[in-house]
Order: sequence, then C-alpha cells, then structure tokens
Amino acid sequence: MALKKFVVGCFEDEKVLFPAVEKVRKAGYKFHDIYTPFPVHGLDKAMGLRDTSIHTAGFLFGMIGTTTAVTFMTWVFTKDWPVNIGGKPNFALPAWIPITFELTVLCAAVGMVLTFCYICQLAPFLKRHHFHPRATDDLFVMVIECSEKANEEELKSFLGSVGAQEVNTQVAEEGWWIGKYDEEQELYKEPNIA
Amino acid sequence: MSVTKYESQLREPLVNGNKTYGQVTHDIVHTIEAKPTRLWYIGFYISVALLMFGAYSVYREVVYGIGQWNVNRTIGWGWDITNFVWWVGIGHAGTLISAILLLFRQGWRTGVNRAAEAMTIFAVMCAGQFPIFHMGRVWMAFFTLPYPNTRGPLWPNFNSPLLWDVFAISTYFTVSLLFWYSGLLPDFATIRDRAKTKLRKRLYGLASFGWSGSTKHWQRHESLSLVLAGLSTPLVLSVHTIVSFDFATSVVPGWHTTIFPPYFVAGAIFSGFAMVQTLMLILRKVMGLQDYITLGHIEAMNKVIVLTGSIVGCAYLTELFMAWYSQVPFEQDIFFKYRIAGPYGWSYWLMMTCNVISPQLFWSRKLRRNVLFTFIMSIIVNIGMWFERFVIIVSSLYRDYLPSSWSIYYRPTIWEIGFYVGTFGLFFTCFFLFAKYFPVIAIAEIKYVLKTNGESFKNEMAELESKNVDEFVHEMHHDDHAEGTVKVAHH
Repeated sequence: MALKKFVVGCFEDEKVLFPAVEKVRKAGYKFHDIYTPFPVHGLDKAMGLRDTSIHTAGFLFGMIGTTTAVTFMTWVFTKDWPVNIGGKPNFALPAWIPITFELTVLCAAVGMVLTFCYICQLAPFLKRHHFHPRATDDLFVMVIECSEKANEEELKSFLGSVGAQEVNTQVAEEGWWIGKYDEEQELYKEPNIA
Repeated sequence: MSVTKYESQLREPLVNGNKTYGQVTHDIVHTIEAKPTRLWYIGFYISVALLMFGAYSVYREVVYGIGQWNVNRTIGWGWDITNFVWWVGIGHAGTLISAILLLFRQGWRTGVNRAAEAMTIFAVMCAGQFPIFHMGRVWMAFFTLPYPNTRGPLWPNFNSPLLWDVFAISTYFTVSLLFWYSGLLPDFATIRDRAKTKLRKRLYGLASFGWSGSTKHWQRHESLSLVLAGLSTPLVLSVHTIVSFDFATSVVPGWHTTIFPPYFVAGAIFSGFAMVQTLMLILRKVMGLQDYITLGHIEAMNKVIVLTGSIVGCAYLTELFMAWYSQVPFEQDIFFKYRIAGPYGWSYWLMMTCNVISPQLFWSRKLRRNVLFTFIMSIIVNIGMWFERFVIIVSSLYRDYLPSSWSIYYRPTIWEIGFYVGTFGLFFTCFFLFAKYFPVIAIAEIKYVLKTNGESFKNEMAELESKNVDEFVHEMHHDDHAEGTVKVAHH
C-alpha cells in the first residue's frame, strides 16, 4: 500500500478543462489522471497519453481462435477419426469456414475484454479511491500528485487560477484493494498523530 | 463562443430539452433509485406466471418425451423451430444497432442501443431453449460440444449446419453479453457513486468492477467498443446466415435455395427492429424518456423497417419466380399448390400482408412519426415474421416427395404453445428486471453526444447561423486573441 498526496481540481465544463490541461502541461506538472463521466475526445491527446494498442491484443487472440479451429478440425477429420461422408474429402475446408469464423470472433472478443480488464485492473470486488463522487456524473476531475517539484499550496493556487471550481488536497491509496463500496475503509493510520 | 463542431439545423437534436450532464444522470437513474411502480409489479408477475407455465410445459416434454408435441412425420420441425428462428431473428436488432450503426457513425443509436442490446441477449436466451429441448433427450445436449470423451473419442460433425448453429448462437450470445456489459461498467459506476443506500452501493460497486473514469481507461474502453463492434458486425450477419443454412443445405423443396442467407438476415433485422419499437415505445412512455428516445429515433427505426420489409418482400417474390423458372415440378408444387394455396394458404397470405404490404405505409412521414401507429405496426410485423418461419417450415414439410408420407393437418398441443408462451415469460421477466435495475439508456454515451447533438447545442448553432458575416468574423477574431488559437474541433 502506497499512500500519496494529491491535489484535486474539479471542472464543470470541457471548454475550461481543455485550456487548463494545456496550461498544466506547459507549467511542467505531471498528471496523475483526469477522471471524466464520459469519454472526452481529444483529452488523451491533450494530456499527452499515447495511443492504446489493445486492438493488437484482439488481433492476436483472433489468430489463436482461427488456428485452433482449423488445426483441431483437420486433426479430427483426417487423423483422429476420419469418417467417409458420401465419399466427400475428409479435409473439407469450405465446410469449416463457419466454425473457424465463429471461433475467431469468440476468442478475439473474450480475449480482448479480459485484456481490457487486466490492463485497466478492473474486476468485481475491487475498490479504488475515487477523488470525487461526481466524477462519474458531471464533473471533470483533474488529479495531480504532490512532489518535490509540485508543491501542494502552489498547485492549489495554480489549479484555481486555470479555472477549477473546486480545489482540495487528498491523501489516498493509489491502486486498488479488495473491498466493499458500502463501507468506509481506512486503509492507513496517520503515523504521527500524538 | 468558439465553433467546436458544425451541425446542420436540418438534423433533429438527439436529446431534447436543454439538459445538463447532471440532469441526464438524474433522468436515467432516478427510476432505479425509486420503488417499482404498481404497473411494474403487475407486468413482472404476469411475466413470471407465463414463465412458470412454460417451465411446466417443458417439464412435460422432458418427462413424457417429444410426443407431448404434435410434431410428426414429416413435420419434424413444428412450432419449436419456428419459435427458435423467430427469437434469433429478434435478437439481431440489438447488435445491429450497437455495432453496425456505431461503425456507420449513426448518432441516434446512443438513445436505444442499451435496451436493444439487452433485448438481443434475452431473445437469444429464449431462442436457445428450442433446439435444446427439441433434442428430446435434453440431458445429452452437451454431446454437441467437441470434448474429449470415452466413446472413441467421438467428435461432432463439423460439416453439419446444425453444429455450426451451436457455435454461432453460443458465440453470438457471449460476444453480445461482453459488448453489453463492457458498456454498462461506467454507468454502473455512475449509479454506485450516487447511491444513498448501503445495499445499492455495494451491489453496483460490485457490478462496476471499480470503474473510476480514468482518461486512459476511457481511451481503451473506446478502442474496445470499436473493435467489438467491428467483430460483431460480421458476426450478426453470420448468425442468421448459419440459421438459414439449416434449411438451405437440405434438399427439401422450398428450402434448398441460395437466396436464404440474405433473405433471412433482412428478415431478422426487420423483426428485430419491430421488437425494439414495441419495447422502446412502452419504455419511453412508462419511464418518461421522451427526451432521449425522440420521435426522430422512432422515425429512423421505421425507415429501417420499411427498407428491410421491402427486401423481404423482394425475396418472397424471387422465391416464387425461381420456383417457376427452375422448372422443377417439386419446387413448383410446393410454392404454387401447397404454399400460396392449400390447407396452409391462409398463413402465407397472412405473412404477405403483415410483412410486405403493411410496412409500405411507412413511406408516409406522418405515419412514421405516429407513436400509436408505429406500436401497432411493430406487433403486426412480428406476427408476420413468425408466420414467415411457420410457412417455410410447415408448408415445405407437410407434403414432400412421397405422397404416402404426406402428413395430416398440423396443430400444436397446449404444451407446444406453452413452451412458446413460456419464452415470452422468460423474455419479459428479464426485461422487467433490466428496466428496473439497469440504466436503460447508455448514460455516458448520451453525455458524449449531448454537447454536439443536443437541443442546447442546436440552439447555439441557430444563433450562430442567424448572425451576419461581419459579426461572426469579429467574434471569432476575439476568440482568437483570448485563447491563442481558434479552436476547431477537438476530435
């Protein structure tokens, strides 16, 4: 468990958010993340995130499906148990197209969704710290981690100056843990409370 | 203001009323947070009662055997396969709306895709029951799967369309479910973060997989949706193609035609959209979602109905022409003696009226935008599409090559009907639960189109268009100074 200190700035309008993102980057601060209630197009580029390559995973899983289907049916009908069906060839590739196709799609889809859940670390029973309850409703929540270069007070006033309606500091666990959403969980004790 | 995107005034807004993001959330989620209405309970209990009756009918079939039905030689596929094809067909609209319309960038899909996908999943669940219980010895249904067994191992026949069906339907169900659920994750998170009660917070917290709305996650989520849409598009076409292969690869007159795959796919979309209309019109009325499922949405779906209905009509006429043109006496007899005439002639003409003639009324814009007329028409279309499958199956089977095995008039037993009624119970039980506990409209997707296609945006555009050129240039010039660059499209 690693606790970190974050400065959180909330925006209500994309028209304010985009220039703010630009200014934050210009000032040299590093984003922890921006939480949005819906996919805001262009925000990933504005933040300087690189493109996702999750579709490559889909392609690879699809290829696994294709190969499995073709090799398995070939083995069954030519090696393991060849059946004479009206004298037709045992290696009946055209007749296997439907199953090959279905298995390709199945493997690609299942594999991609699992990959997505894995790289985003999403699963039932997982819990995260959410910086603002309205981040899934109508607020764009910009989170910047405090560091030596990014002083807390400085950051707060900076976010206020670029148009954040609400600015605060939160000490929070960065990753996920196993927990329930209906329970307030204290994952840590402040060490230096006398 | 700066111009982020231009939208023509000729296009209707996708969301009516000047909504904010918060209002969108409230409008869609508040029914989940409220107690179910009396109407909901009545509908739900009726559905459960139908489901119970269906379960009892299936119980009779399993315990006493397939003789509980009136399927016979030569009508081996009676009501059950008719119902199977009908339900699978209905299950096509959801993926068409969510996948194909996504690839075609049809913005209006956002209002209806969630419920349509749910409908798809429930319809495929209903469809799957029929071939499984039609096997007779249902406890051996797993024999269709290629698993290592102690009988050789003995493998299923991969060359058989019936086995292709097993793969197609199960793949279709799985992929639709994944597509649907991955879209639901962010919306579950929305409900979770608004939840006031402990139980709701826990359950939606569980269902949302700890979704946070991170920009990186959204980026991957969008890529995932796009690829899943790309995969589902050929998938949805393949499923009904393969269902049609069950018929087309046989040597039964009236079935053995190459026109079947496109004809079945068009018919599936036709009946699927009709079912979407039936459900949406009730949903928008009962849940007060008129601002999200607008007349524009209804009209768009009616256009799909008239298009696919006309394709189906063409297919019917082509079949008749090909039967005559082939000069095969068996084909000609099936179509001209036993299908359009004969003891089942009434079902053919019912099919023709419901599927080909009545949807043509949708050429009128006034009728396309009439809610009551659309509702009645959606039910007529589904009756017609049920009879299409009945006509194909029964009229081709009751008189085949050998007159000595011509069968008597086929009437279903009460348990055969009960099975069908039971799947309605299953479908509506699931749909009522969905309507109560799930966000029936994709909240995040609506928010995404709100600022670019919503009514408030349209009003801003109208304002902009009414300005004269000098004023416009002046304002844009001003923007230029304020922000450094003129903002043109964030896309």
